[in-house]
Amino acid sequence: MVATAINRRGFLRVSFAAATGLLISLHLEPNALGQEAPTPAQQQPPKVFPPDAFVNIRPDGKIVIQVNRLEFGQGVQTALPMLLADEMDADWANVIGELAPAADVYKDPLFGFQFVGGSGSVAHSFQQYRELGAKTRAMLVAAAAERWNTTPDKCRSEASVVHGPNGKTATYAELAADAARKPVPTKVNLKTPSEFRLVGKHIKRLDSRPKCNGLLKFGLDLDLPGMKVAVVAHPPVFGGRVKGIVDGEARRVEGVRDIFEIPLANGTGVAVVADKFWPAKQARSRLKIDWDVTGVEHPDTTELWTRYRQLGNAPGNVAVNRGDANAIDKIAAGNRLVAEYEFPFLAHAPMEPLNTTVRFDGDHAEAWAGSQFQTVDQMAIAEVLGLKPEQVTFHTEMAGGGFGRRAVTDSHIQREAAVIAKRLRGTPVKLIWTREDDVPGGYYRPMHFHRVEIGVGPDGLPAAWRHVIVGQSILSGTPFESLLVKNGVDETATEGTSDTHYNLPNMHLSVHHPKVNVPVLWWRSVGHTHNAFVMETLIDELAQRARMEPIAYRRKLLKPDAKKLLSTLELLDKASAGWRNSLPRGHALGVACHECFGTGVACAVDVSVENKRPKIHRATVAVDCGIAVNPLTIESQFQAGLGFGVTQLMAKGAITLKNGIVEQRNFDGYTPPYIIDAPMTVDVHIVPSSEAPTGCGEPPVPVISPAVVNALARLTGKRYRTLPLTNL
Amino acid sequence: MATFQLTVNGERREVNVDPSTPLLWVLRDDLKLTGTKFGCGISACGACTVHVGGVATRSCIVPISHIGDRPIVTIEAMAGDPVGRAVQDAWVAEDVVQCGYCQSGQIMTAVALLKQTPRPTEQNIEESMGGNLCRCGTYPRIRAAIRSASAQLPKGGA
Repeated sequence: MVATAINRRGFLRVSFAAATGLLISLHLEPNALGQEAPTPAQQQPPKVFPPDAFVNIRPDGKIVIQVNRLEFGQGVQTALPMLLADEMDADWANVIGELAPAADVYKDPLFGFQFVGGSGSVAHSFQQYRELGAKTRAMLVAAAAERWNTTPDKCRSEASVVHGPNGKTATYAELAADAARKPVPTKVNLKTPSEFRLVGKHIKRLDSRPKCNGLLKFGLDLDLPGMKVAVVAHPPVFGGRVKGIVDGEARRVEGVRDIFEIPLANGTGVAVVADKFWPAKQARSRLKIDWDVTGVEHPDTTELWTRYRQLGNAPGNVAVNRGDANAIDKIAAGNRLVAEYEFPFLAHAPMEPLNTTVRFDGDHAEAWAGSQFQTVDQMAIAEVLGLKPEQVTFHTEMAGGGFGRRAVTDSHIQREAAVIAKRLRGTPVKLIWTREDDVPGGYYRPMHFHRVEIGVGPDGLPAAWRHVIVGQSILSGTPFESLLVKNGVDETATEGTSDTHYNLPNMHLSVHHPKVNVPVLWWRSVGHTHNAFVMETLIDELAQRARMEPIAYRRKLLKPDAKKLLSTLELLDKASAGWRNSLPRGHALGVACHECFGTGVACAVDVSVENKRPKIHRATVAVDCGIAVNPLTIESQFQAGLGFGVTQLMAKGAITLKNGIVEQRNFDGYTPPYIIDAPMTVDVHIVPSSEAPTGCGEPPVPVISPAVVNALARLTGKRYRTLPLTNL
Repeated sequence: MATFQLTVNGERREVNVDPSTPLLWVLRDDLKLTGTKFGCGISACGACTVHVGGVATRSCIVPISHIGDRPIVTIEAMAGDPVGRAVQDAWVAEDVVQCGYCQSGQIMTAVALLKQTPRPTEQNIEESMGGNLCRCGTYPRIRAAIRSASAQLPKGGA
């Protein structure tokens, strides 16, 4: 591209062989600044592309920081620049966060590929971004010291300015060219928490204004010259194949360019390419496709439950075998509790429909996607097009939610887009999965059955615990299998129970992983969605049986080394004391706590029943996530993440199948929480900590649904063990 | 195909499209106003909300042939509207957005509410915002931002 070539000439590129790759680059092309929008509030600044560094200091003082993650709501586009800018002593008002394209230098420093997952963005890059900032600062100060014939220790930095002896000052923009020629220090001292200027402060998101004025471009908003739009007709049963296509009527829709069969990750489908979305969608609805669905399993939810219940009656592959596995058999029947739980398939249904744009030019391709798995998706596109990954320029687009749905090991969306782009060589094609493709399209949180037998000791505490989990393995058959599936146990099915912090001396946990013809995937907080529900409702029932306060019982049962849960329960106890014991008539308290992704969370809710549905009047949450990098983002993540967690309580919060066909097509059949369903108000309390930060993206999700049904149990006397909550 | 004369954000625009084309796709694909979002296509999520003749409308289900001479106002014009600006400022001050994809629709719905009812009760807020889905779940901050925008508006509305 010409524009790129011009911009690149303006870069003073700094190349060195440090493991972190390029550090500083300088934008010296004044014309490029002329293209800039009048105010940042009105328009997004032009992207530095291709970026060849983490930090780009522009002559106008703007500091562009590359974010090695997808931003899809979690606030990482603000948090990672905060870390770097703090150590760099950059002027925050002039910091811009950009989503980096797929490149080796932007891979996760711990896992070696570029991704968002496991609530690890800040946790994994905390040290990395701070070091990048400290090194950049050291280079800028060294340049200033040299200019003033002094030594770096005689200089200090603040708000993008270096101050030297005798009142000398120089801005980072003035120093950048010299700094870029300095050697990159191998070792730098990082700030102590008391020296932080940004970290730990309530810093507002960098992307708010463009998300409020409609000017921020998501992947779906991409518009390229000559671009076409594609939709795909998918088989009614997973793995089905096209037997015949009658497309005469579809081809008559004005604006339709091509209709052809394509391979899918599972089976085949029919692609429709048009000038714009509406003709593509109209044409698809006029296709007559004869599908071959013989030879593929037709799963049926009712039959699956029967099968899962049968499996749950016997132990499976052993995940935990601690103490006396048969202790339960020695406990009198009257002191035993047997509980069976059902959790349905759940769709992620992010607000922005899934999409990917690809242009194939023969020996190179360019792709645009809001991807949680840039490395994996780039490789998949390359494979389809017969290219090497580095021949695919992969742009990370802002994404409208994801919750795991944009981290797909088989890259099925990107593969579909690449196959279509290959046929339309030279033309950019935007593939859109409509909501009717997404909701019945698979890649769900797997359905699970749990059977738990508990023997209660004379002290009211669980003396024996026998637990069987039945559900598809998410990771079998994926590149993650060797890492997370051990002895036939997929850790993503047992997490939250197998690693429980409650003192369960005699515990047996086993799992069955049936094979079912429904693609499954991680759904925000993964196994914790169902395991926290089971554990926290059972613990609550045991507390009630023991006639103990729910917070007190949990504190008693937790192991002394469960520091984060104990600290959050203590904080929750204080923070909710004002309302917890003086609830209005018809309201009840519900409590739950859970630790996942290294973060402890405790939650108390005030619930009543309105129109046969739970009304969550308020929630108080206590969080221990180590150093709170941006307390404002953490607060927001927890406030909103509780609402997301309510998905599994919704009356229509389930994906079901009948004779192989998914019964829900859109938000009318699969209905996530609206404003009336989510907590009305949420106050978040963060445990002060100087430990390394842990995740905040997923930990808000697991606690809310058990807390709410624990409150409902106090109101109605019923224990709710089958989700979704269809009847109260 | 047919030609339609539209008034969008105060400007006269002409488009040549199939009469069945929903207003949403005319805005996005023909007029390149991509601030209005596609979420479901069945008026169930509110991401596509615009004002048609001053009324908050789901643009994904309104065929362009049904618009007539009613003026269309989208999120792109809100910075120039006193109530729109107050709502956007409140959204930024309250740090409402997360992924942000639904927020154009949320803001358009909130602006319509505040133009009608400058001092809404919690029940007014729940009723008016009740059909706008936010998968991130930013609802508590949406409530707070509507209250704070309301406090910035003159009593009789703008």
